[in-house]
Amino acid sequence: MKQYLKNTWEGLYTVIVGMKITFKHLFTPSVTIQYPEVKIPLPERSRNRLYVNIDDCIGCDQCARACPVGCIEIETVKSVPGEDLGKTSNDKKKALWVTKFDIDIAKCCFCSLCVYPCPTECIKMTDIYEYSEFERNNLVYSFSALTKEEAGEKKLNLEKFNAEKEAAKMKQAAPEPEKKQDKNEKESE
Amino acid sequence: MYEYLVNILFSVTGNQFLAQASVMILIAALPLFVVILPYALAAVLAERKVSAFMQDRIGPNRTGYRGLFQTLADILKLIQKEDIINSEADKKLFNISPLLVFAGSYAAFAAIPFSGMFIGTNAEVGIFFILAISSLVVAGILMGGWASNNKYSLLGAMRSAAQIISYEIPTALVILSIVMLTGTLSLNTISELQTAYFWNWNIFGGAAEGFKQFILIPFMIAGFIILYISTLAEVNRVPFDIPEAESELVSGFHTEYSGMKFAMFFLAEYANMFAVSAIIATVFFGGYQSPFGYLGNTLNFPLLIPFEQFFWFMIKGLFFVFVQMWLRWTLPRLRVDQLMTVCWKYLIPYAFINLIIIGIISLL
Repeated sequence: MKQYLKNTWEGLYTVIVGMKITFKHLFTPSVTIQYPEVKIPLPERSRNRLYVNIDDCIGCDQCARACPVGCIEIETVKSVPGEDLGKTSNDKKKALWVTKFDIDIAKCCFCSLCVYPCPTECIKMTDIYEYSEFERNNLVYSFSALTKEEAGEKKLNLEKFNAEKEAAKMKQAAPEPEKKQDKNEKESE
Repeated sequence: MYEYLVNILFSVTGNQFLAQASVMILIAALPLFVVILPYALAAVLAERKVSAFMQDRIGPNRTGYRGLFQTLADILKLIQKEDIINSEADKKLFNISPLLVFAGSYAAFAAIPFSGMFIGTNAEVGIFFILAISSLVVAGILMGGWASNNKYSLLGAMRSAAQIISYEIPTALVILSIVMLTGTLSLNTISELQTAYFWNWNIFGGAAEGFKQFILIPFMIAGFIILYISTLAEVNRVPFDIPEAESELVSGFHTEYSGMKFAMFFLAEYANMFAVSAIIATVFFGGYQSPFGYLGNTLNFPLLIPFEQFFWFMIKGLFFVFVQMWLRWTLPRLRVDQLMTVCWKYLIPYAFINLIIIGIISLL
């Protein structure tokens, strides 16, 4: 009988205790963050999407070599004397046209190893993490400031310059007639 | 209300039968369109908001201003949905079941006095009628669960039947004690007896004089708690929601229902919640009576009184609905054996003792 009454009392009392707690929570401000509109600030050294400040890039290819998954692709073209490429923000002279600087973010493993070797600190992690795409190809980010035509032009310029240089060299050293060994070898066979 | 409207219509049309028939239809439809539907829409939203606030969330806030149109959008969605009947179901019973459940909970509103004027039928057996007609819900639930030909549905329906029938006993016993005290079954008369100020409410001993009133208070409070718990179980709400226990029975007896039929069950659940809250408010908390007298009396403008009464009735009913929601987000679900223990070992003995004591006091 004592147990019975005790059970009754506990049944009612514990319900009231629980109701008190939920009532308190009725007036506590909600902890929900309305995500697309409100975002939590990210930690200072969080690693997300890469960004390349191409104006500062000297095309040294160190980031591409540091990348463990090979997601950075860089192509450079030497500049011709007379072309002024300007200077980076920490006073390094640029000597190469960066004709291609592609980062395949789909491959990127966010190790941040490319960030450390950069001599001009032009490749860095941003706080952008919402960049989903429907096409995988859209995840290849191209950072080169040169258009395709411009890049082709630079290449042509360099080839022309090289050809001119070669021609100048040829003129200086008198060319010797080459022996046609290939033909002889074939015949001997 | 009936005679009043019939007289008006008769004087306009001059046809007795037409007047009576149209008033009957009007009175039958009035509570549905004035009270239950808007209430159900608001209550579903309130339920979601209350649950959100109690869990420190925000809740629906995208549809309309702060999510006010959320349930409206939900209903629109439910209307558009395909009406699926599984091929192995007993189609006739499957289709009747939601109607029966809704009719059972809706018919209860006929005898509930919303105000002195706004009452479907002022039948002398009001509360008895409500107790009887809400048993129709059990039949509907059992029918739906069985006709679905689904093990979860059948389990839920059988649990529901066992639960509702068991919990009808303490409900009836507590109401019986009030009937003994007031000497009437009519809910309108019970409300009228608790008029004037709130110390005349049954929970504070009713309109009994002096000494008797003070003795009655603890037993009335006990009766109120028993009635509240047992009606909570009758409407299958948490913590007594084992018929539709989401985590074990998918969603119980209405697992197979979709679209508007599901909406009917939903509407019936919320209508039932308000019906039992209204009964509790009427039986223990003065029904439509204002706790501090009427503004209409002070301003000498008696037309205002029915509206005031309606207001107070809704306030009381909605408060108990809120408490039901509050409990839902506080308590975990009971096990089947615990459920039966609470009913047969605790509520029924207490209700019996309470009934006897109140009987003795009312004889004093």
